[in-house]
Amino acid sequence: MKDQADSYQTADGRTIGPVVMEMRNITLRFGGVEAIKDISFDIREGEIRAIIGPNGAGKSSMLNVISGFYVPQEGEVWYKGARRPPMKPFEVAEQGIARTFQNIALFEGMSVLDNVMTGRLTHMKTGLFSQSLWKGKAEREEVANREVAEKIIDFLEIQAIRKTPVARLPYGLKKRVELARALAAEPTILLLDEPMAGMNVEEKEDMSRFILDVNDEFGTTIALIEHDMGVVMDLSDRVVVMDYGRKIGDGTPQDVRNNQEVIDAYLGVAHD
Amino acid sequence: MAKSLNADGPQSVPALLHRNATQFAGKPAYREKEYGIWQSWTWSQTRDEVEALALGMMELGLREGDFVAVIGRNRPYLYWAMIAAEMCGAVPVPLYQDANAEEMAFVMSHCGARFAVVGDQEQVDKIFEVQEQLPEFERMIYLDPRGLRKYDHAVLDAYRDVQEMGRNNRDKHIAELEARQAKLNYDSTGVMLYTSGTTGRPKGVVLSNRNIIETAKSSSEFDNLRSTDEILAYLPMAWVGDFIFSVGQALWTGFCTNCPESADTMHVDLREIGPTYYFAPPRVFETQLTNVMIRMEDASRFKKWLFDTFMAHARKVGPAILDGKQVGTMDRIKYQLGELMVYGPLKNTLGFSRVRVGYTAGEAIGPEIFDFYRSLGINLKQLYGQTEATVFITAQPDGQVRSDTVGVTCPGVELRIAENGEVFYRSPGVFVEYYKNPESTAETKDADGWVATGDAGFIEESTGHLRIIDRAKDVGKMADGSLFAPKYVENKLKFFPNILEVVVFGNGRSECTAFVNIDLTAVGNWAERNNIGYASYQELTRHPQVMDTIQSHVEEVNASIAEDEMLSGCQVHRFVVLHKELDADDGELTRTRKVRRKVISEKYADIIAALYDGSKSVSTETEVTYEDGRKGSIKATLDVRDAKVFADTRKMAAQ
Repeated sequence: MKDQADSYQTADGRTIGPVVMEMRNITLRFGGVEAIKDISFDIREGEIRAIIGPNGAGKSSMLNVISGFYVPQEGEVWYKGARRPPMKPFEVAEQGIARTFQNIALFEGMSVLDNVMTGRLTHMKTGLFSQSLWKGKAEREEVANREVAEKIIDFLEIQAIRKTPVARLPYGLKKRVELARALAAEPTILLLDEPMAGMNVEEKEDMSRFILDVNDEFGTTIALIEHDMGVVMDLSDRVVVMDYGRKIGDGTPQDVRNNQEVIDAYLGVAHD
Repeated sequence: MAKSLNADGPQSVPALLHRNATQFAGKPAYREKEYGIWQSWTWSQTRDEVEALALGMMELGLREGDFVAVIGRNRPYLYWAMIAAEMCGAVPVPLYQDANAEEMAFVMSHCGARFAVVGDQEQVDKIFEVQEQLPEFERMIYLDPRGLRKYDHAVLDAYRDVQEMGRNNRDKHIAELEARQAKLNYDSTGVMLYTSGTTGRPKGVVLSNRNIIETAKSSSEFDNLRSTDEILAYLPMAWVGDFIFSVGQALWTGFCTNCPESADTMHVDLREIGPTYYFAPPRVFETQLTNVMIRMEDASRFKKWLFDTFMAHARKVGPAILDGKQVGTMDRIKYQLGELMVYGPLKNTLGFSRVRVGYTAGEAIGPEIFDFYRSLGINLKQLYGQTEATVFITAQPDGQVRSDTVGVTCPGVELRIAENGEVFYRSPGVFVEYYKNPESTAETKDADGWVATGDAGFIEESTGHLRIIDRAKDVGKMADGSLFAPKYVENKLKFFPNILEVVVFGNGRSECTAFVNIDLTAVGNWAERNNIGYASYQELTRHPQVMDTIQSHVEEVNASIAEDEMLSGCQVHRFVVLHKELDADDGELTRTRKVRRKVISEKYADIIAALYDGSKSVSTETEVTYEDGRKGSIKATLDVRDAKVFADTRKMAAQ
């Protein structure tokens, strides 16, 4: 294993930086149920890190710990070399962590553009008063934010639906809009909760392309949860495998694929 | 034929640009929507951008006489690349952006392109894929850097970097660039365009500055185009029409060329720009009309009543008002009211509010579609042209517009009809040659400059308008010696919104038969409204009610053909509804969506056999190519239907 502070080059020429986020012995309980049991892993700058596992393995809980939505009973979250105290989700967002949701959480009545603009909220600094007058600083700020939003709309090729209310869009496009909103925050780490769930093959291919492009163009670190093993193996640099709240594997897709415990968890074991 | 109608004026495309940069300096020349905002460049900015690129390409080693392939969707940068190439004394060769790698390899190796200017990663990938077949190819300049960061930049450069390189090395190359431009004259090559290749390999049509400028000049005068006009450039850049509209006429008259944000946003962009000069193939008008009709079906009863009432009135008097004919005062008032309540808002929705001159060409347009737009007060006209003529052969003058003719000869064009009905023309726009293909050049163009169009037609004596029946080589004889003109029948069938494509067979046979492709939008919508469930395109095509509808369309057409003395033998006796859409990716259509008869009759030989041997149904398996190049196959059983045919009303002998 490489040292935490080291950078290295991947086979396809991307630079993976030092560790940017680290989970140390995280344990999360809901009453008596232990959703996550003593899990540790790290996320390096610029990598695509996948968390996989069968249903109920605790993947989404893990993502919610990273995004600050759940506060673990035990363990520490280290971010950019410092221990992160328990925080509200919006504080985590301000630290540069953006996410999408498994069951799409967009503002259905608002247009795609407005939804993407909400992703810029953490970057808006002018106060309520000048925002309502909308002169000078507030106007300049809005224009600058709109420019960022438009570049993302262009990047994700959703220009044609810019003014369409989200409620009228098909599922696959909504997922893309959600990705656009998360990107609008210009995050350091982007968390994707099952970005490909419920998609057909073609939509999955498109989404995979976009995830790779985002990582490539903006150098965004991506942590994603995914069910589709094929997608995960193709996309990610390193994979954490969870089963019943425990970590049963961690490494490159190749390592994980050959890991007996992982094979058992996915294919089942004969009990005799 | 005047030798030079423009003796003192600019003699090349770059010279026109320099003229405009002075004459129309501050006027917008090109516009493109990017990041949600229309970005404009004035004529003088355009000149500077083009010059910077030309200087940069010289720094990269572009020589006089080189060929520069230009591939991508319509963007100002790519139009500039074509002009910049000519500035350097090179020849721009625009290619179809959806061409596959092999098609691209053929064209690029045929002309020996040393440089390519491309839109994005997709095009870069295609060229790299066939790079080994292109010994002359050296450098590629790309526009959109997305996804290209990790590529080896040994032969790759970003467009902006090349321009920067040009600006930095201006002193080094400007004298040479000006010298090269000074050498350009009326006879030097302005552009080379490849024909779509309906039959066999594409041919490179060499067009001189004379062809481009004379045609642009006479056609602009014909329609009184002005520097304040606006067009939307959305048709393939490799097509001669787009080159003449967006480069030739734009430079000649100084009007503004607008490029849409992406292919999907075309309709929104059309509305925002509101072009005054608009061109679209019949298919586009057809789709728009279908969409309007579908949406009206869902409108409230009052709105539908309003629409139906005023549209009926518009059909009655609209075209007459447009042609400036005598119309009663009450009718005029009612039309004005309709304009306020229906026509105006509808035109606005379609993006046609400001259209002063609209053209359609390429295929025959259905009379109903044509009349619909004209009755709204849109000056839609037809023209007839081809790449070899630098577009214009005939066009309809204002006030003499009909759906079944293609108009009178354009200024400077002479027409002749040969014995077999083939149309010949001669004009200042006649192409120089097919590149590296003297045999085909000699076959098409004779020593006196007459060019064979390959189309059969006749000139109406009363009006002097040209009417086109079909491709001359497709016009054949039935077994009994009567005339066989498949396109004529196909067009009549295609005018029904339910029918997307038709192929009629019957050359040398005793009766005609047809393949029909249903239009999924129209038929699917009909199925939805009538609670007819279907799981796939294939299932919909076999639905008995769909078959009945198509059969009634075929019989209606048969009845109308029966009235035509010359063509009554072309009635369709039997037909099938095909299980898949004919597709350019499968080689069944050209990229401009023209039917490739030979390919189709070979590929579907089993179905054709069934059409003639009296069987009730036929099982078949067809290979299909997906967009990403993978191949698969679909199996289907098709029903063969008999259609009623009608005795020729003129000769009562038959049946």
